[in-house]
Amino acid sequence: MKYMMLIAGSEEAWAGLSHDEEHRLMGEIGQWWNDQMAAGRITEGYQLQPSATATTVRTAGAGGPSVTDGPYVDAKEVIGGYGILDVANLDEAIAVASAWPGPDVLEIRPVVERES
Amino acid sequence: MSRSRETTDARLTEVLREERGRLVGALVRILGDWDVAEELVQDAAVAAVEHWPRQGIPDNPGAWLMTTARRRAVDRLRRQARYRERMARLTAEASAMTRSEPVGGPMAADDRLPLLFTCCHPALSREAQVALTLRTVGGLETPAVARAFLVPEATIAQRLVRAKRKIRDAGIPFRVPDEAELPARLGEVLTVLYLVFNEGYLASSGAAPERRELARDAEWLTSLVARLMPDEPEVIGLLALMRLHLARADARFAPDGSLVLLRDQDRSRWDRAAIADAAALLARAERTGRPGPYQLQAAILAAHATAPSWKATPWPAIVALYDALLRLEPTPVVRLNRALALAERDGPAAALVELEPLADRLDGYHLFHAARAELLRRTGEHDLARDADRRALALTDNPAERRLLEERLR
Repeated sequence: MKYMMLIAGSEEAWAGLSHDEEHRLMGEIGQWWNDQMAAGRITEGYQLQPSATATTVRTAGAGGPSVTDGPYVDAKEVIGGYGILDVANLDEAIAVASAWPGPDVLEIRPVVERES
Repeated sequence: MSRSRETTDARLTEVLREERGRLVGALVRILGDWDVAEELVQDAAVAAVEHWPRQGIPDNPGAWLMTTARRRAVDRLRRQARYRERMARLTAEASAMTRSEPVGGPMAADDRLPLLFTCCHPALSREAQVALTLRTVGGLETPAVARAFLVPEATIAQRLVRAKRKIRDAGIPFRVPDEAELPARLGEVLTVLYLVFNEGYLASSGAAPERRELARDAEWLTSLVARLMPDEPEVIGLLALMRLHLARADARFAPDGSLVLLRDQDRSRWDRAAIADAAALLARAERTGRPGPYQLQAAILAAHATAPSWKATPWPAIVALYDALLRLEPTPVVRLNRALALAERDGPAAALVELEPLADRLDGYHLFHAARAELLRRTGEHDLARDADRRALALTDNPAERRLLEERLR
């Protein structure tokens, strides 16, 4: 099954890390990510630029799409990246997410797979 | 060999209780569809109601139900386009399924175990876990689950539908967790079973029978887990804990329905044989040398249950068991209970000192105030005691507890 793993974290907490700590953690995450890709459990994914770079477009309102600065929800934890998992079931997806080296919150959601 | 309808119906109820989870589990494993699995078992039960009075109860009723459900599964799959792979699995399983296993006898691999772990998967809400476990493994009908939890039937039905949808759509697997996951996942199962037990055990004597029966249902489910996982000491610990509670259940209520505290209970009404059996069961768990919270709680209860009187209770040993429990579960409620044992060992003043730091976190817990009232009364602080009893009364809806508190305030 394919799942999207959304990685949310506190940008403040990350900003509070020392240069060395951040460097070490990013190294660990990079290594972990490569291992998961090599094992075929993560097929793709990206780290995102900070939430300050986000732009929200709303198409539901009257009078055409509105464009605003910032992420679509104002929360302490913001999406910092995502990966697409290709694993057998939810237990395997949970095992991958549980091993994520960063101090974050991860949401796992099955993607809708349509037969073409 | 014609039997009366009542006899066969009673036998069917009994058989279904033991077999339902096994049948649903086997069909879920083969078909991967919870709703279809449940429907097939229901159909098989209906067929039994029709056939058993006329043809007699089969020698192996569980196998008969499985064969019937499997036949209907084949019919159903034939009507579907892509059935070959599943058909192959179904026929391959057939011989294994219908081997003449005695009802309730040991099986190498019992499908109720993965079924239970799936029902109690942490990706489901606690409420969904409880409803699904009672319905699917416990075999309770949806209205009975609703009456037991004082929730509208539609709410339970919706909970079950949502839970099954999540199992399917989120890919929650049908499996027993491997060794690395097992401690956490088994903890999840035991939490659900203990929660169900307490719902029934704490229900007042005036509650609906379904509600009081929950304690027996939970005990039965836990004994099932203990049979399926005989090497897990915490499962046995929880089973002993439940049985120690049930052995004293008759003495808990006065004829007028009010609650009788442990101190005042008529110990001649306790089931001594059941207490001895539960204590022996607990000793078996303790011999594994892997202690846990349920074993410790059972050990505390066993110390009470085997004491000849309130006065002759081994308080120092009980305080020591609470100390061990606190090391595993440093919660305010455990601290409160330890303080109450301490009151018997060192006096009420010592216990009141222990309660003080808990006041903030347990302010919304009626038993904290009720216990504090009792201790204050024993130190002669009658006005403060009444204040605490009033606070407790304002925090509980349980009729039996309310009656006891109102009695004190009179």
